[in-house]
Amino acid sequence: MTTQVAETTTNIIGTRMKRVEDPSMITGAAKYLDDLKLPGMAYVAILRSPYAHALIKGIDTAKAAAQPGVIGVYTGKDFEHLPPLPCAWQASGTENFVATPRALEIDRVTFTGAGVAAVVAETRVAAEDALAHIEVDWDPLEVVVDVERAVEDGAPQLHEAAKGNIVMDWDCGDAAATDKALAEAEVVVEQRLVNQRLLPTPIDVRGAAATYEPATGAYTVWMTSQCPHIMRLLMTAFVFGIPETKIRCISPRVGGGFGTKIFLYPEYVLVAALADKTGRPVKWMESRRENYVATTHGRDHVTYIKVGAKRDGTITALKARTLANLGGILSTIAPGIPTTLYGRMLSGAYRIPNIHCQVLGVYTNTGMVDAYRGAGRPEATYVVERAVDLVARELELDPVEVRRRNFIQPDDFPYDPGILAGLSYDTGDYEKALTRALELVGYEDFRKQQEAARKEGRYLGIGFSTYVEICGAAPSAWIGTGGQGWGASMWESANVRVHLTGKVVVTTGTHSHGQGHETTVTQVVASELGVPPEDVTVELGDTQGAPFGYGTYASRSAAVGAVAVYNALQRIKHKARRIAAHMLEANVDDVEFEEGRAFVKGSPSSAKTIQEIAGAAALAYDLPPGEEPFLDDTYYYDPPNCTFPFGTHIAVVEVDSETGEVDLQRYVAVDDVGKVINPMIVDGQVQGGIVQGVAQALWEGAVYDEDGQLLTSSLMEYAVPKATSIPRLQVERTETPTDVNPLGVKGAGETGTIASTPAVVNAVMDALAPLGIRHLDMPLTPERVWTAMRQAKS
Amino acid sequence: MIPITLTVNGVRHEAEVEPRTLLVDFLRDDLDLTGTKIGCDTSVCGACTVHLDGRAVKSCTVLAVQADGADVTTIEGLATRGALHPLQEAFWEQHGLQCGFCTPGMIMTGVELLGSNGDRLTDPEIRRGLEGNLCRCTGYQNIVAAVREAAAGPKAVTP
Repeated sequence: MTTQVAETTTNIIGTRMKRVEDPSMITGAAKYLDDLKLPGMAYVAILRSPYAHALIKGIDTAKAAAQPGVIGVYTGKDFEHLPPLPCAWQASGTENFVATPRALEIDRVTFTGAGVAAVVAETRVAAEDALAHIEVDWDPLEVVVDVERAVEDGAPQLHEAAKGNIVMDWDCGDAAATDKALAEAEVVVEQRLVNQRLLPTPIDVRGAAATYEPATGAYTVWMTSQCPHIMRLLMTAFVFGIPETKIRCISPRVGGGFGTKIFLYPEYVLVAALADKTGRPVKWMESRRENYVATTHGRDHVTYIKVGAKRDGTITALKARTLANLGGILSTIAPGIPTTLYGRMLSGAYRIPNIHCQVLGVYTNTGMVDAYRGAGRPEATYVVERAVDLVARELELDPVEVRRRNFIQPDDFPYDPGILAGLSYDTGDYEKALTRALELVGYEDFRKQQEAARKEGRYLGIGFSTYVEICGAAPSAWIGTGGQGWGASMWESANVRVHLTGKVVVTTGTHSHGQGHETTVTQVVASELGVPPEDVTVELGDTQGAPFGYGTYASRSAAVGAVAVYNALQRIKHKARRIAAHMLEANVDDVEFEEGRAFVKGSPSSAKTIQEIAGAAALAYDLPPGEEPFLDDTYYYDPPNCTFPFGTHIAVVEVDSETGEVDLQRYVAVDDVGKVINPMIVDGQVQGGIVQGVAQALWEGAVYDEDGQLLTSSLMEYAVPKATSIPRLQVERTETPTDVNPLGVKGAGETGTIASTPAVVNAVMDALAPLGIRHLDMPLTPERVWTAMRQAKS
Repeated sequence: MIPITLTVNGVRHEAEVEPRTLLVDFLRDDLDLTGTKIGCDTSVCGACTVHLDGRAVKSCTVLAVQADGADVTTIEGLATRGALHPLQEAFWEQHGLQCGFCTPGMIMTGVELLGSNGDRLTDPEIRRGLEGNLCRCTGYQNIVAAVREAAAGPKAVTP
């Protein structure tokens, strides 16, 4: 299943090309969802539950309907004919007790922020004003917010089918072998680790707009989506029960997604249904508060680990039991994240012979939890990288040496960690990235500085994260229904058309929400066909006229999407050679295609350019016998394996002994994402990702009170990093191509977020080691650190 | 409804607005200048930053009636006769944007920050100057580099 890494000559792959997306974005011309204005458009506002757990006894909409500008007021009963939304990725090999949202809830809410009524009005303010006049007769119920409390006897029950609030009880690995290895281990380290809930916070919030044409029964739905084709599939097949052809989904420019815009949300269905009901184009755009209460959250695990090791630091066993808080109701792929993308990555970069992981998915009266940048892998990396540090601390060994002792070695690849359900890590050289990162940070010097600082009563620390992650999702048979439980496939499509003039149009099922896919794909096309980059147009985000594709998440758009483009280009090049051979009156086997020119071997001066060949193909006046007109190819690429980027991240901190404040002084990252198409874009992805991961370690956390009210429901309370929060990051790379795909690319969108969180926590724990502080849960706010320091000193 | 007259990007507009209408909504909904973005409800994110009589303001914190008689510049008015402002060029060159949503506000704040002696700005001063604008994609490093490049003129800058 392996292929050779591409060798091209007119190669702008690997170069720092400025982004083709940017001119419209830096001038304010780029159109995002909220910039859409349709003729005759009406506006939707949604009444949301103020209670975290309540029965709806009745809703009186009469007063609201009489407000100025109001076109109609609707409740869940108006959409009773529409089924609850699908849960498209359920945990594999176990029963899932699924409860999913409806367009509007009818008789019960299980989190604050669930939609229960909607106003359609002539203006947005009229719709919002009218919400205050809807009267709901609520019957509040007992609330449970804490995930450990939710699984106890006597806890309030959220959904009848889910006894004990358990969504699913899933495991991977060998429980008996792991218990035996732990019993025989020379040392065993135990720890409870909290991976707190995060609010993903794209600056562009969610929205949707829709039109409905009664004559054809066809909807057009605009939405902030990372995967419009999946949205169309889920809406047509699972909610409206109409053919795919009756909904066109358009996702315009999307101002950041970070996972939250993968999912089918109730509002998208609601807006489409309202376009039908009102006969008007309608639009809904959430507020930041709605984004915080009603858009999905991320992480939220409580994990108990036991790690077994030999005295020399060799890890012999890892056992993890995780409670994954999935919120009051399930989002589209919620059960898949803490299972396949978490438990199966618990070997990290290490040869751990015995692993067992049990995950309980749990309902609580909180907002929905689903994929957030990294999605399962940050949680796994946090467990593994903290575990390694705890072993090092216990044995008084250097955390770097413990990592080295356990690393999977370059000649171990492909490496089967035994818990990946048949997949193996593709390629890697973990030591190389670690060595380079240690050089950059000046490790030996740092330890000397640290020792000197400790004598002065200063708390310096260094922390490591030698992570590996899984991306490039995914082989369809592995991820799909008979495998890991995702209810469809995960190949990707690309269509490449070379027009009569030699201008190239590419459509692919992936979508960009900041990652620069138009530029990256342009570089692949320009390199392969030898056309100028300005002759390439990349069209994304519209299901009409584009081949079906699965969209953007799991760092798959280069490793799967761009490979589909690359493979289509190979077939186009082959056809171009056949047509050129005809034009040159030569045998096709004697014709080469290089740098946009086809010529008979040895005679490069009499060549046909790609533009001439495209023209001949399009006009079709004189083609080889049996040859179809036009240079056009569609490729559906199903990857043979996932890809496994890796690297070393190092954080250097000083903890203020008076205030407990953590000063992140230096940050060094050496990532290996395989071959790189555009280093500028990859560096940008890594930098942004690191800052999101650092933010989890130090500042961010969603806080619910015991009544299920989200206390961090605006940017006034939720601590998103500012420009002053972070030092300049040192970002470098090693390059170990994958053998999974012909471009050699692994994926770069999530490495920063996955790697950085434990590096920072490990650094703070290293700083606090003289005080005997072994572990603190995130975020490591001054208050939390100061309290721990004070307790340790007293 | 209250009548207002203001100049936006060099064009004079007369309009009637509700007293509660925010400047950002007036620009986006009434004038169709959608380059100015809305990212929060609480004047924190800075995506709506425009220039009001030459000063960078968050246009979600200004009532349209308060802009009566004012001269407003939005991101659409920053390029002159098709030539990008040096800071727009620098954002492009330094990869100072990813999703582009915070970018108009970030650039409008940056332009004010550059002022007349931008070449004297240190990196910590640039970071402090951008503190009122949130970006979730870039981690700010390349935004800082862009401001530094625009401040220094067309010289090579290490990101």
